Amino acid sequence: MASTSHPVLAHQFESLEQQRASTSLGMWVFLVTEIMFFGGLFTVYIVYRPLYGEAFAAASHHLDIGLGGINTAVLILSSFTMAMAVRSAQLGRRGPLAVFLVLTMLLGLTFLGIKGVEYRHKFEEHLIPGSDFRFTGVDPRHAQLFFSLYFAMTGMHALHMIIGVGVLGWLLVLTRRGRISAEQYDVVECTGLYWHFVDIVWIFLFPLLYLIGRH
Amino acid sequence: MKNTAAAPDYLNANYGIWSWLLTTDHKRIAILYLISVTFFFFLGGFFAVLLRLELLTPAGDLVQADTYNRLFTMHGVVMVFFFLIPVIPAVLGNFLVPLMIGARDLAFPKINLASWYIYTVGGLVTFWAILNGGVDTGWTFYTPFSTTFSNTYVIATGLGIFITGFSSIFTGLNFIVTIHRLRAPGLTWFRLPLFIWAHYATSLVMILGTPVITITIVLVALERAFHIGIFDPALGGDPLLFQHLFWFYSHPAVYIMVLPAMGVVSELVAAFARKRIFGYEFVAYASIAIAVLGFLVWGHHMFVSGQSVYAATVFSVLSMFVAIPSAVKVFNWTATLYRGSISYQTPLLYALGFIGLFTIGGLTGLVVATLGVDVHVHDTYFVVAHFHYIMVGGTIMAYLGGLHYWWPKMTGKLYPEFWAKLSAMIIFIGFNLTFFPQFVLGYLGMPRRYHAYPEEFQVLHVLSSAGASILGVGYLIPMVYFAWSMRYGKRCEPNPWGAVGLEWEAASPPPPHNFDQIPVVSGGPYDYADKRNRGG
Amino acid sequence: MSVHVVPVKTYALILAILLSLTMITVRVAFMDLGVLNNIAALTIAVIKMVLVILYFMHLRHSSRLTWLVVAAGFVWLGILISLTMNDYVSRGWLGVPGK
Repeated sequence: MASTSHPVLAHQFESLEQQRASTSLGMWVFLVTEIMFFGGLFTVYIVYRPLYGEAFAAASHHLDIGLGGINTAVLILSSFTMAMAVRSAQLGRRGPLAVFLVLTMLLGLTFLGIKGVEYRHKFEEHLIPGSDFRFTGVDPRHAQLFFSLYFAMTGMHALHMIIGVGVLGWLLVLTRRGRISAEQYDVVECTGLYWHFVDIVWIFLFPLLYLIGRH
Repeated sequence: MKNTAAAPDYLNANYGIWSWLLTTDHKRIAILYLISVTFFFFLGGFFAVLLRLELLTPAGDLVQADTYNRLFTMHGVVMVFFFLIPVIPAVLGNFLVPLMIGARDLAFPKINLASWYIYTVGGLVTFWAILNGGVDTGWTFYTPFSTTFSNTYVIATGLGIFITGFSSIFTGLNFIVTIHRLRAPGLTWFRLPLFIWAHYATSLVMILGTPVITITIVLVALERAFHIGIFDPALGGDPLLFQHLFWFYSHPAVYIMVLPAMGVVSELVAAFARKRIFGYEFVAYASIAIAVLGFLVWGHHMFVSGQSVYAATVFSVLSMFVAIPSAVKVFNWTATLYRGSISYQTPLLYALGFIGLFTIGGLTGLVVATLGVDVHVHDTYFVVAHFHYIMVGGTIMAYLGGLHYWWPKMTGKLYPEFWAKLSAMIIFIGFNLTFFPQFVLGYLGMPRRYHAYPEEFQVLHVLSSAGASILGVGYLIPMVYFAWSMRYGKRCEPNPWGAVGLEWEAASPPPPHNFDQIPVVSGGPYDYADKRNRGG
Repeated sequence: MSVHVVPVKTYALILAILLSLTMITVRVAFMDLGVLNNIAALTIAVIKMVLVILYFMHLRHSSRLTWLVVAAGFVWLGILISLTMNDYVSRGWLGVPGK
């Protein structure tokens, strides 16, 4: 394995601490933009659900709680492995760092795989909004609205997961090249923040989409 | 005798196109933005010319209604998203923020370069859509016309705006982190120039607002492409929900356009009255107040669209509040000028123009914020006049003032003062002739976005179009002499205005690294009272 | 530079709590609690979110500025949702036809 390279201080910063604090602040500010981005989708949901509660409940019953629940557990576990990865970077332990990065990636890919299965089911059941949509329950018009929201929200979430997995792969490359150290692990910390954010979005998506009117 | 062995400045430190296209120097990126932004200004202006030509006669004779719809849409889209929102932050902000706080660059120089590329790519995508016929929905893209019925390039144009939105987000993010973390030693928050406060407040709006229009454009595109119904009444969707989401960003967006302009005006007033800005802390707080309050008023664009009367009333009241911090600024600038040692240079002429025209724009804003009145003037030329007074009479005047003021800093050259003063006058006259008649037109009932109108409105329209041609001339002259000055302009000293500010302590133009030594700040801003700063 | 390193036990505890809360939220969804169903689901989701932010995202040991940034994000989301809902819930309140 390559030896650790020295920390790099960009010319606009006076110290590594200033660089680290700035990078961290920048990432948090970026996450605020993500809160507002997903927030728009949640707003649409919050407007329509009280208006069309019955249709939303009926439509929600077509979602697989088992798969959704497993995915929730998978993501929570991946947040744990991600936090452990950041911790390993903080302690300069590149071996464990690589292991936890790989575990997080695998869990992320598992989530995406299960999501893909769910999407395929929806396709087979003619529940993808559009000209082929067929809903046999009550109020198909508003059920289609639910599914539009379902695909928009989980689709946007899945896109963020894909990007996250890609970034994790890049982090793995950086780790193998010895570019991460206890003195400089900003990229790992920032990726961790992003990953946890995407997990939080799912923490809300799961009950809001899968658990409507299940009693 | 020129020192031919002088240290290189940022303009000549490196040569070749790639040294510009791959630069991470905030000053070079500002110049790159200057070029792109100017292109889009003239593109948007071109559409305005066609609009005003058509409106010379009551009949719809120059263009058909369909074409006219595309013209005003493209005018709005280009001017709002590709000129007014980025111009001052990306050109003046990028150049000056690090210099004013004593830093060597922004916190994230590569993200800064990325934001220029993103802006330019987004602009080119929209330009492509324009070349293919553009969009006819109005820059506001209201559903269900934009999602279902329009036969134009809605998704392509939306894509261009979507992409450029990230440019805005990256700029705002960069400024926020830079201002928090990269201030020179001793530069506490209340020693910052008001230009910095203004850009900080603007960045808050960029960060908190832009993502919402980003997701809204995605939803419109999804609905249009896949016929899913989020805003489609046939599926129980509400077109008004689009408007809520759209205006949640687009109202604060107007503060993205005006806050930086106010920051420029504060600098110009202080410099040319040679005085500390009266009530500096109030002006600083007012910037933050405008940014925050600006998010609470968006429903005033929807008074007649179908939102509940209760909600309309709430938004009307809140809209009154947002006028207060703006008024505080106008009072404070005026108080600064009072008994100041005033020097009527071109930048101050633009600043004075801003103060007067922005006041008119702002006061008419109160008129349209009044729910009962707006029911009558909504979608008339009164509204058009109101927002052009702020965006053109305000933002563009401030931008030109700032461009003139900092031109020696950016280029090391002086522009010709006579031609500069002359064009400022031409612009002021042309602007008022263009837009004041529009207040009357709107009040008399002339609707906006119409290409044909009753005979009795023609005189006012002719006045307006005549004004537009004068305004156009006024905008062209600086293009010529600024370009001229790059080659033939008089070389100037680092601080030709004798102004106070860290940016004036760097060379004109500055070296790539801005300061040989990071300054240590011990005094407040605008310290003109200090003897050392007198008579610069 | 002192950066707080969180013990593994803390992370493991948070993991366990998060997974338990997930199971609870599914169980509760199948019980008929009327209007409390929604409140329970959202409360549990919020608790999970707070745990992730404080511990996994290290907000607990971050600067006041970071806290302010996070708070601002939620406040602004609140503005978006509440002022939009202000329209929807008040339709028909003032007896004006159609609004």
